Amino acid sequence: MEAILAISIGILFGSGTWLILRPRTFQVITGLLLLSYAVNLFIFLMGRAVINKAPLTVNGAVDPTLYADPLPQALVLTAIVIGFASTALYLVVLLASRGLTGTDHVDGKEPTK
Amino acid sequence: MMEQWAKQLIIVPILLPLLTGALLILFSERHHKLKLTISLISTLFNLGAAIFLLKLTDSEYWANGVGVYLAANWIAPFGIALVADRLAVLMLLLTASLGLVVLCYSSARWGRIGVHYYSLIQFLFMGLNGAFLTGDLFNLFVFFEVTLAASYGLLLHGYNRTRIRAGMQYIVINLVCSFFFLIAVALVYAAVGTLNMADIAASLPAIKPQSRQLLEVGAAILVVTFLTKSAIWPLCFWLPTTYSAASPPVAAMLVLVTKVGIYAVLRLSTLVFSEAAGSSESFGQTVLLWGGLVTIAFGLVGVFASQELGRLVGYSAIVSSGTLLAAISFGQPSLTSAALFYLMSSTLVIGAFMLLNELIERIRTPAAAMIALTMEAFAVEDEPQESAGVATPAAMVFLGLAFVGCSLVMTGLPPLSGFMAKFGLFHALLDEHSNISLGYSVWALIALVVISGLAGTIALMRFGVRTFWAVDISTPPLLRASEVASVFLLLMLCVLMTVGAGPLTHYLDRTAASLHTPQLYIERVLTQDAVSGRGEIP
Repeated sequence: MEAILAISIGILFGSGTWLILRPRTFQVITGLLLLSYAVNLFIFLMGRAVINKAPLTVNGAVDPTLYADPLPQALVLTAIVIGFASTALYLVVLLASRGLTGTDHVDGKEPTK
Repeated sequence: MMEQWAKQLIIVPILLPLLTGALLILFSERHHKLKLTISLISTLFNLGAAIFLLKLTDSEYWANGVGVYLAANWIAPFGIALVADRLAVLMLLLTASLGLVVLCYSSARWGRIGVHYYSLIQFLFMGLNGAFLTGDLFNLFVFFEVTLAASYGLLLHGYNRTRIRAGMQYIVINLVCSFFFLIAVALVYAAVGTLNMADIAASLPAIKPQSRQLLEVGAAILVVTFLTKSAIWPLCFWLPTTYSAASPPVAAMLVLVTKVGIYAVLRLSTLVFSEAAGSSESFGQTVLLWGGLVTIAFGLVGVFASQELGRLVGYSAIVSSGTLLAAISFGQPSLTSAALFYLMSSTLVIGAFMLLNELIERIRTPAAAMIALTMEAFAVEDEPQESAGVATPAAMVFLGLAFVGCSLVMTGLPPLSGFMAKFGLFHALLDEHSNISLGYSVWALIALVVISGLAGTIALMRFGVRTFWAVDISTPPLLRASEVASVFLLLMLCVLMTVGAGPLTHYLDRTAASLHTPQLYIERVLTQDAVSGRGEIP
């Protein structure tokens, strides 16, 4: 399972990196989204990959190996919210730039040939 | 009763701007005066809180001079702890003073255009203050994001084509940076199992070798994000464009955002990678040192090459970041203290220059600037003109004097605080009682700092001559009292730093000393007791 997850994170991150280096704003924002998926999965996995285990313990002494680590799950929620909000903000700026300059190139003008 | 309030004081610099910012959203933009008054009062209170905290940390009120506030009353490794030590409080004070000046400056013009300007500024204060106060790595990320979200909005304030273009690049760079921050946080958590900075430092000596590798990878990625914010070469290309595109008061506040990066590097390197860290001791210091040196070199070339004052100041900010990072990398208390003095002085003066830039632009009509440039390019000699003593308007006198004052501080010429700062750095580097061995790196740092001062002098002189001694200044520029007052105030703060250099240096020495004995910090954070339901410590 670790291998599959690691490979998929790698593919997401690689595609995201490729896309944010492209000259069109739409490609950049798609790249940012892919990167944020990769990062969120990565954080989630840092609590170790476990299946069918509850993140909450009952009161009293318990065996921690029976439970999933709840902290990365909490972190990933915060990360999703923040990443989503900033990407949405970028989307607004992207549209504003398209409206003002008439092009979707990241430099605000078409490259001269 | 007093005791109770003092305990809650640590969270005030975060809560107050948050509430003020939220309150200001409720008023419509027509009530500009009201909005301005509320934010000024709130920032004054913030300044008061910072001064009070400074008194508390520097007295015997808190053990070891470290105040700990347990948010929601969870003890340290589990909940989020806010930590007010001397360094954090110093940065709070710097933020509040610069913030007050910036607010005063924006009252004339920038606060009136666009919407929610004052709210965004307050959220920026909140993010900065939070980043300085927090003792938790993930919380640091959150406050970084608050700062950045506010700065995105502020950068686009005044909305034109240049700002949108600069904003797009700034946002993408910082978003990618945030992703790296998250990866780093996840790696650190995987390695140590905690995100409380004191707890990370405490558990580092006994960590397993494979986890140590993971932690070091995490720390390296973490520092890359901080270095991007503080604009080390080659992660600094966004800075001059962003600074020169932003509206002047916003650019002045953005200077502080680069200092947050420096603060985080300083905090992490002294707390986590101290002598107690075993084989990870002084992790990454060589990179910091050489990165800092190359950054100074890059910045000084940029200073030479810039034609506009905005870009010139942007490159000076890069030079100052490079100097600070190189100075921090030695890990010596005396040098850290000198670096902190330099940090304060350079922040204030770069802020002042950003504000002054707009006022100077008013005397340089586009046509005059064009002619000056062309004349330089084609080496046209000026016709010597008959001068029969033209009365100089007061506005021009003020601009000229302020420009000279700022240039003196920026380039480190005597007698103002810039000189004291550089002198302090050299003194600490060459002091024979310190543990710094006089190798290539020390001499390279000294040489680069001297050359960067020279470059600044030449570039600023060229700009000053072209602007103030230009042939034709037909109409004196219109300056408003608040604008003049804010530039004057920043310069006065630099003068104050020069006059009060003695007590300030002693305070900074104590700050550096406590930074370099992280055991005291760790012990205070991890042993802070929770408050019981009845308000007594059990």
